[in-house]
Formats: sequence, C-alpha cells, structure tokens
Amino acid sequence: MRFLFKTDYDQDIRLFQHGGQMFWYGLLAVVLIAAPFLVSEYVLSQMQFVCIYAIVGLGLMLLVGYTGQISLGHAAFLAVGAYTEALLQSKGVPFVLSISCAALFAAAIGVIVGLPALRLKGIYLAIATLAFNVIVEEIITRWDAVTGGSRGMHLKAVQLFGYPLTSDASFYYLCLALTALACLALINILRSPTGRAFVAIRDSEISASCMGVNLAKYKTMSFALSAALTGVGGALYAHKVAFITPEQFTLLTSIELVTIVIIGGIGSLHGAVLGAAFIIVLPQLISMAKDFLPEGAPAAGVQSVVFGLILITFIIFEPLGLYGRWIKIRTYFQVFPFYRRGTFQRQRAYLKSERLR
Amino acid sequence: MLGQSLQLLFAGVAQGCVYALVALGFVLIYKATETVNFAQGDMMMLGAFFGLTAATILGWPYWATILFAITVMAVIGMGLERVVLRPVLGYPTFTVVMITIGIGYVIRGIVTMVPGWGTETHALPTPFGNGVVRIGGAVIAVEQIAVIGMTAALVAALFLFFRFAKLGVAMQATSQNQLAAYYMGIPVQRVNMMIWGLSAGVAAFGGILLAPVAFVHSNMGFIGLKAFPAAVLGGFGSVPGAIVGGLIIGIVESFAGFHLAEGFKDVAAYVVVLAVLLVRPSGIFGETVSKKV
Repeated sequence: MRFLFKTDYDQDIRLFQHGGQMFWYGLLAVVLIAAPFLVSEYVLSQMQFVCIYAIVGLGLMLLVGYTGQISLGHAAFLAVGAYTEALLQSKGVPFVLSISCAALFAAAIGVIVGLPALRLKGIYLAIATLAFNVIVEEIITRWDAVTGGSRGMHLKAVQLFGYPLTSDASFYYLCLALTALACLALINILRSPTGRAFVAIRDSEISASCMGVNLAKYKTMSFALSAALTGVGGALYAHKVAFITPEQFTLLTSIELVTIVIIGGIGSLHGAVLGAAFIIVLPQLISMAKDFLPEGAPAAGVQSVVFGLILITFIIFEPLGLYGRWIKIRTYFQVFPFYRRGTFQRQRAYLKSERLR
Repeated sequence: MLGQSLQLLFAGVAQGCVYALVALGFVLIYKATETVNFAQGDMMMLGAFFGLTAATILGWPYWATILFAITVMAVIGMGLERVVLRPVLGYPTFTVVMITIGIGYVIRGIVTMVPGWGTETHALPTPFGNGVVRIGGAVIAVEQIAVIGMTAALVAALFLFFRFAKLGVAMQATSQNQLAAYYMGIPVQRVNMMIWGLSAGVAAFGGILLAPVAFVHSNMGFIGLKAFPAAVLGGFGSVPGAIVGGLIIGIVESFAGFHLAEGFKDVAAYVVVLAVLLVRPSGIFGETVSKKV
C-alpha cells in the first residue's frame, strides 16, 4: 500500500499525485498516440466515437456529477454544436473559429437554460430541460431555410490550417487532442475555487450559499461550461457522421448521454471516459452475442432490453459505476487481506417529504 | 364558430383525460416514494397490449378486457417494485429515476419480441361505435364522451379510496413521512408496493382508454412524455393538479393543432410547461416550502 506523506499544501492540488500515476497515464498516452498504427480502421473509427462521447460525457459529468444539476436535454446542446459547425463550415469559416463558435453558441444557450435552473430543483429541472430538448428538436426540424429541416445537412472533412484531415488517423488525433484538452481543463477547473464551489452546491445548496457561494453565478456557469463542452462534442460528431438530421438529437440521445455518466460513475472524470467507451462498445457486444439468441428476435428490441437491463443492474449493484468498481478492486488489493464488504456502503436516508399534503 | 370551438374543446378534454390518467400514475408514485417513474408511459403501453390480447385473441367483452389489463398490470407493477425498486429505496432521487428509464427500455424491447404484439400497429375494438352527438352545431363522438365519463368515474373512485379507505390513508401517511409512518405501524415497504400496483393499474386503464383515439403500438409509451408536462403543470405531488394539468395540455394541444401552424401541436405542451415553470417553479398546485438544513 502506498502512503502519500504530504509536506506541502501544493501536493494536494498537484496534477499527478505520485510517480505511479504519472507512469500509467504516460503509458496510456503513448498507447493512444500509437493506436492508428496498431489497430484496424474499424476499431480506430470506434475510438473516434469514444473520444467524441467522452468530451460530451465530461461536459455532462461537470453538470450532473459535480454540480448536482439534472439535465435530460443535453442532446439539444449536441445539436446546437453540430448545426453551428455545419452552417459555419458551409460558409467557409476555418475550423478553429467554427468549433469555437459552436462551443460559444452552445454555452450561450446553456446560460439561457441555466437561468430557470436557478429556481427549479430536482425533477422540475429535469422536465424543463426535457421540454427544452423537444423544443430545440422541433425548431431544427421546422427552420427549413437554415437547417435543411428533416432533409439534414452534409459536412465536408475538417480543414485544419489549410490541411484537410481526410484520413481516419488525422481526425482521430484531432478528437484525441480535444479530449485530452477537455480533461485537463476540467481537472484544472475542479481543483480551483470554481470547482470547489460546484461540489459545494452539489452537496448542499444551503450550506454552499451560507459559505458565500453565489448560487446563481455558479449554477449558470456550470450549465454554460457543460453546454460548451457538449457543443464541441457536437461539432466533432457532425464531422464524424458527415450527415446530420434532427432525428439524431432526440430525447433518447439525451438519455443515452446521461447513461454515460451513470454507468461510468457519477462524480469522477474517469467515469465519463469509461462510460463513453462502454456505450460505444455495448452495441458491438450485443451483435456478437446475437448468435446465442433465439431466431427472429428483432435487433432493436434485443438492444433496448439489454441496454435497460444493464442500466438497472448497474444502479442496483454498482451505484458508483465502472470507475467505482475499479476503485473497489484497487482498494481490495491495497489493503489485502483486510478489505471489508461494507467499505463503500452508501448511506440510505428515510424519506421525509418537503410537501405538507 | 362557437360549435367548432366546443368540438375542439371536447376533443382536447378527451385527449387530456388520457394525459391526466398517465399523469395521475406519475403523481401517485411520486407522492409515495418521491420517485418519478419514467416508465409510466411504457406501463400504459403494456396495459394496452394486454387489453388487446384479451379483446382480439381471447375475444372477451370490453369490461372484462379492462379488468384483465388492470389486474395483470397491477401484479406487474407490484413485482417491479419488489424486484427492482426496493433494493434502491433510500438512494438519491436521480439514481431511482434512471432505474425507471431502464425499466422503460426493457418493457419497450420485450413488447417488440412477443409474438402477436411485435412492432405493428393494432386497433383495439370498442363497444361505443362511431356514433356522434350534436350539441349546438358541434359534432362530438360518443367515444370521446365515454372516455371523459370513464375517467371521471375512476378519479371519483380514487378520491373516495384516498379519503375513506384505510389503505388509502396509509398511503397518504407514507407519502408524507416514511419514518413516522413506520412508527405508526404502517408496513411502508408493502404500501409502496401497492402504490406501484395501483399506479400500474391506472396506467393500464389509460392505455385502454387511449385506444379509440390512437392505435396500440410499441412506441405509444412516448405519450408518457406528454403526460410529464401535465403532471408538472399541476405541480408534481398533487392529485387534482395532475387532472387539471392533463386537461390543460389536452385542450391547448387541440386548439394549437387547429389554429396554429403545423408543428406547434407537438411542442405546445412543452412551451406551456416551460412558461408555467418560469412563473411558478413548482407548478400550479405545487407548494413551495423552503428546505430545512
């Protein structure tokens, strides 16, 4: 077992806590950079999707996992990012500028959605974001002149500083770089006073405001940051699929995005990335398992059942998600043979309604 | 003009009754367990499919169909609570909401795999026929009047149940304070199970009532997403609120579909709910009580 003997306050906020972490993350970086030379084209294309979903997952994790605000409307931000990118690219705006615009525009919309969030709590917020998602989807479908309506929009390959990123490897590096940037940005935000304020709001709004946290400011900021990251993810997604229609950004997409956060493990950045990888790999696993299923079972039905069952099993048996499972395994070996089953037991609370009737 | 408005009003109220029934299912579960059941629409769909099986395959009369669907769904609802929801009792709200979303996925998937149900649309026969009633220039289908009447009867029955039956009062107590209810000797977990059964039964009833208005289909559960705004509009946790909210959404949709451009009908419900939430953050009948630390 490793003991961290802290002699300095800076040690608490250091990017890498100890040499072991630096080694493993370094190894991960090397493997990811070498990936285009190691894996097949198909796997590489899936890895691009993992990166894109990871960026969106990170954005959602900031909002759901760290600020404790529920959103069932993130597909709308994804759509805003994707359509902004598509429109600007068709106008000939360079990529660096257009993806920044996608992020900024999504953030602006995020502020608008965040404003009601100041008054709404829990389920009312979930419904408000859900309503927002449906309205955005309908606007995109009806605003034929700009968005092409349900006919959709085509996108060309990314042009970065004049070089077209047409090959799979180059687009993969772009996605990877943006994912790494997003991770670093969030790590830095979370160890700054801003991030601490987010966590304080999640744990108790009243305590946070008593400690001098400006609820309105930080909640809106969390929505804006989360939406901006989702917008970046949306822009990349649009380039990846090269053809976007309003049907790709429905409520079901929003739910899928929330699932990333839940399965990965609420309240950990690792979780967002792990959850994204899981969501992408799952359909492949299901199609591989199809041979063992009875004949004639419709693919969509099987997928929906498996997806639902996994969600339920995770929440009942592993409420901390994939990353939580890894923490448990790690702790098991670290404190071997003294691991207790109750180490990570969560507290249950008796329910006392705030309603009077 | 007046006759036309009256006609739209009736169509809206009939549609609103179905929303209200689904919203009622939401509210019942929410009141008792502080959980929003995102699978309510899918439970309604499952109930409609059971009704369809009884009516077309077994050839039972309409009233027996309703009883059959309600009974089967009540049992399924209780089973769901026992197997899936009870292990997460006392966990944060959002966790439980995600579990109900998972249940919805499973139900939708299973329905497409059952032979005879599948992904096709089915029509559920009703005994009301295609008759119409003319009131001052308005043409109102008998089916719509039947839907409104049956909803009213169910709501009245539920009201009496919650007001006078011992179990109903126990359910109210559980919804207010679980710990205090335990102290008073109420078996809270069993009451929760029964509330899930009751809610699933109400959902099945809604599913069958929807049948004259819409077809039975594996995706009809998405109507539950319209019932959300209804429940929120009235203030989650208020039974009269759910009914009023459902009726408002139904009427707004009916008028928006006729008077406004295409596309407004589908979003009208959500625009209304956003507007109401901006003014009253916990719905029309909801109470705002500041939280104690």
